[in-house]
Amino acid sequence: MTTTMSSTLRGQRLPRWAVPAIGVAALVVTAALLAGLGTWSTAAFVVLAGVLFAVAVTGASFALEGARQARDRLATTAVSTAFLLAMAPLVSIAIFTVSRGINRLDGDFLTRSMFLISPSGPGGGAYHAIMGSLLITAITAVLAVPLGILTAVYLVEYGEGRRLARAVSFFVDVMTGVPSIVAGLFIYAFWIMALGFQQSGLAGALSLVILMLPVVVRATEEMLKLVPQELREASYALGIPKWRTIAKVVLPTALGGIVTGVMLGVARAMGETAPLLLLVGTQVRINFNPFGFSDTEANPISTLPTYIYSQLTSATGNTDSPAFDRAWAAALVLIIIIMLLNLLARFVARFSKARG
Amino acid sequence: MAELPESTATEEPIGIHVVPGRVDSRAVAADIAGSDGAAVDGAATRTRPAPAVAPPGAPPGPPPEPGPSPEPGGGIAGARSTRRGDAVFRGLSTSAGLTVLGIMAAIAAFLIYQSIPALRANDANFFTTRDWFPDPSTAGGPSVFGIAALLFHTVVTSVIAMVLAVPVAVGIALFITYYAPRRLAAALGYIVDLLAAVPSIVFGLWGLFFLAPNLTGVAELLDRWLGWTVVFDYRPDSIPTNKSDFTAGLVLAIMILPIVSALAREVFRQVPNANVEGALALGATRWEMIRMSVLPFGKAGVVSAAILGLGRALGETLAVTLILSSAYNLSFHVLEDGGITFASNIALKYNEAGGVGTGALIASGMVLFVLTLAVNSTSQYLLRRQLKD
Amino acid sequence: MAKSIDISGLDVYYGDFLAVSDVSMTVEPRSVTAFIGPSGCGKSTLLRTLNRMHEVTPGARVEGKVLLDGEDIYHSAVDPVNVRRTIGMVFQRPNPFPTMSIYDNVVAGLKLQGRQPRKKLDEVVEKSLRGANLWNEVKDRLAKPGAGLSGGQQQRLCIARAIAVEPQVLLMDEPCSALDPISTLAIEDLIQELKEKYTIVIVTHNMQQAARVSEQTAFFNLAGVGKPGQLVEMDDTQKIFTNPGDKRTEDYITGRFG
Repeated sequence: MTTTMSSTLRGQRLPRWAVPAIGVAALVVTAALLAGLGTWSTAAFVVLAGVLFAVAVTGASFALEGARQARDRLATTAVSTAFLLAMAPLVSIAIFTVSRGINRLDGDFLTRSMFLISPSGPGGGAYHAIMGSLLITAITAVLAVPLGILTAVYLVEYGEGRRLARAVSFFVDVMTGVPSIVAGLFIYAFWIMALGFQQSGLAGALSLVILMLPVVVRATEEMLKLVPQELREASYALGIPKWRTIAKVVLPTALGGIVTGVMLGVARAMGETAPLLLLVGTQVRINFNPFGFSDTEANPISTLPTYIYSQLTSATGNTDSPAFDRAWAAALVLIIIIMLLNLLARFVARFSKARG
Repeated sequence: MAELPESTATEEPIGIHVVPGRVDSRAVAADIAGSDGAAVDGAATRTRPAPAVAPPGAPPGPPPEPGPSPEPGGGIAGARSTRRGDAVFRGLSTSAGLTVLGIMAAIAAFLIYQSIPALRANDANFFTTRDWFPDPSTAGGPSVFGIAALLFHTVVTSVIAMVLAVPVAVGIALFITYYAPRRLAAALGYIVDLLAAVPSIVFGLWGLFFLAPNLTGVAELLDRWLGWTVVFDYRPDSIPTNKSDFTAGLVLAIMILPIVSALAREVFRQVPNANVEGALALGATRWEMIRMSVLPFGKAGVVSAAILGLGRALGETLAVTLILSSAYNLSFHVLEDGGITFASNIALKYNEAGGVGTGALIASGMVLFVLTLAVNSTSQYLLRRQLKD
Repeated sequence: MAKSIDISGLDVYYGDFLAVSDVSMTVEPRSVTAFIGPSGCGKSTLLRTLNRMHEVTPGARVEGKVLLDGEDIYHSAVDPVNVRRTIGMVFQRPNPFPTMSIYDNVVAGLKLQGRQPRKKLDEVVEKSLRGANLWNEVKDRLAKPGAGLSGGQQQRLCIARAIAVEPQVLLMDEPCSALDPISTLAIEDLIQELKEKYTIVIVTHNMQQAARVSEQTAFFNLAGVGKPGQLVEMDDTQKIFTNPGDKRTEDYITGRFG
């Protein structure tokens, strides 16, 4: 083999161990540097080591492999860093919430309300808020799911590119971006100010419907589009009317994906705080009545997010307050519930995909 | 389904005919739904006995069709119920679609309607006033409120969020689509999506109690090296506590990261493989391939993803409310404490708001609604145009 | 300029699935070699291993040797980017870069190798487009998008793009399968001219095309249902089509299966 041939296909390349070696070296050098300066900060360490690594890899590649490979390696480093950057807050939030929340996450917390407990005193729990969250989310789902599925059915089965369908589809996507506080204000202006109702779980659920509806519509629409046209035609060919075909053939086929979408919508609604502060309020007792008792009296229900907010208010910035611990424990419970819903949604999605 | 002569309907008991037809079609549908294509044959054979169920006194008028017609003796009664069922179902789903439009219209209508009295009572200019004192302190006193400060800080925090989030989100999308091992890609995407599952109040708690205290060093560095830009100038003598636009923008950036990166991923996934391979076959490195094929193709999509993220950041409430120490100013010094956004103002003031105060908050909500509507519509418009091409 | 390709004992995998097994052959320089065979026999897969495009598919890998004028392109020190620059490829469907003009499409590969003087780029564009028999049709609209051309023109644009970097070998993966007969004829004529300068390997479904354009023909077949593809025989095109050495080749050529 002659050297001229090598020059066409081969170039000088960094050996495989070079990149990890430079990584380790960057960490060691940065640690030594910071230790020498006598100022230790984790953030500075990570940033400096990262920059050092990027510079060293790119430089080595430039010297050995040439400018094109160096650019490629720099891009690889940058893109991988972007991913790690996203991981940092996720891991940090997980660690921080668990370490703070674990203090009060006990049996009492899950089974007791705040009734007769001093707002900033010890004891008490979030049972009433957990139940409130489940209750209000359930009402939201009962309202939003049928409406969302029917809207998706309209878009896929009846709309067929009509102007109205295009408008609906467009506004479903725009609706996804309606801020939760605006949804809350709307229900406040409509339900409480114009119709004269008082704060209640139902009012909160109505505002959450606006947030959940587009999620359900989109998920259902995507799934309905995936149902093969042959399946519909096979059903029509048997003389089954269109509406029965949709109800008995199309929707059941798409069920897995729809359930996934509903769960993601529920998860989103569950974490909302702002509209509930406005429309439902908070209280210390267990309350299973989502409707107002009368037109003059508010009937608040605590939910996990509003519970966190009110505990935080009770703690008044004092991180040693029992209320502060309760806020974090409730945050942990909320995250766990939402993660479980998400996991369940993925599981259902995978399960139904495997079957189809 | 085939139209049958009128005579059948008049001469036959309706109920009996409809019932077998229904029962049958349900069974068929269930079969088809259970699995695909293969079930159709079985279902088709099962429909054939249908004529046998027809009463023996069937009139000679319409001869039973030998073909695969499922409800041969069903007559017009079946057709009518079918038509009614279709009409009802079509009506139901169409009105569901109309409800979506109705809700959007109602949001605008009620926000405008309920804010008019407050806007009338306002003694100051709604758009240029910074202060927020809508409820007169003494009876008959002035009512002064305006959205200048709200709009200012809402835009500043959201722009900070977008500037920080979009490059990272694009990087994440590229990493997952073109760099990560294909086997891991789905799992990595899911991990990034987990960020979207964290409730906004938890982001607020984390931002206030973890991020803000830990940003002091960063703020001091930015002040020292970039202070000349005014934006990063930190004027007070005290150590930065970071209840600032910068911290709020950073937290917002993290919150919109999964949304923007998910959309960018969606766009990159649609880059035709032929173009990717075309670039590689010319001897492009991976990065050159991305610059030649992926980025030009995905540009419009990434822009609309960024705008969508902006829309989310504009309306975010609790995280911002918890982090910002409210101040109704127009300060460009993003590292300094203070600031107030549309959403945080509503969350802070709804409790103490009187008659005019509530209307004033609704008026500010109206502006926020219009703002997000404009931003989201732009994003959707761009996205749809991109996906159509 | 043109180089030969020696393949020895090549196994091609998608993950654990062996797609093509134990191929050994020699591709002569400055000639056209055609790969024919029924669908799914691995001829396109094999072609993609010759410029290391195969490994772009996740999980795909090869075992064995591919020598370009004696140098193993799968050697660990070899950079696949250099391999692909040296061995150009034209795909089944024309794939000009949709956001680029005709001009930019032609010089896309060249620009990767660094900044070039405008004059040189202009020269290369004209030379490559002439080489691809496209110059006269597009010389007045070089700034227009490449996607606006007809299918046959797009494919010739892709050929111009491939030869603009002056490769040693040109691989063509069913380059005419998406084209009409007239465009196909234009491409076939072009192949006849290109073989003066390049080593050409072409995968084709069309046996007449193989007979028309190639000097050597390799016939591939599946070893059996669920078994990997294999090289049945390779010989002068004329011999393959008149007097094949293997019964299976004869059956395929005469249309008895496939």
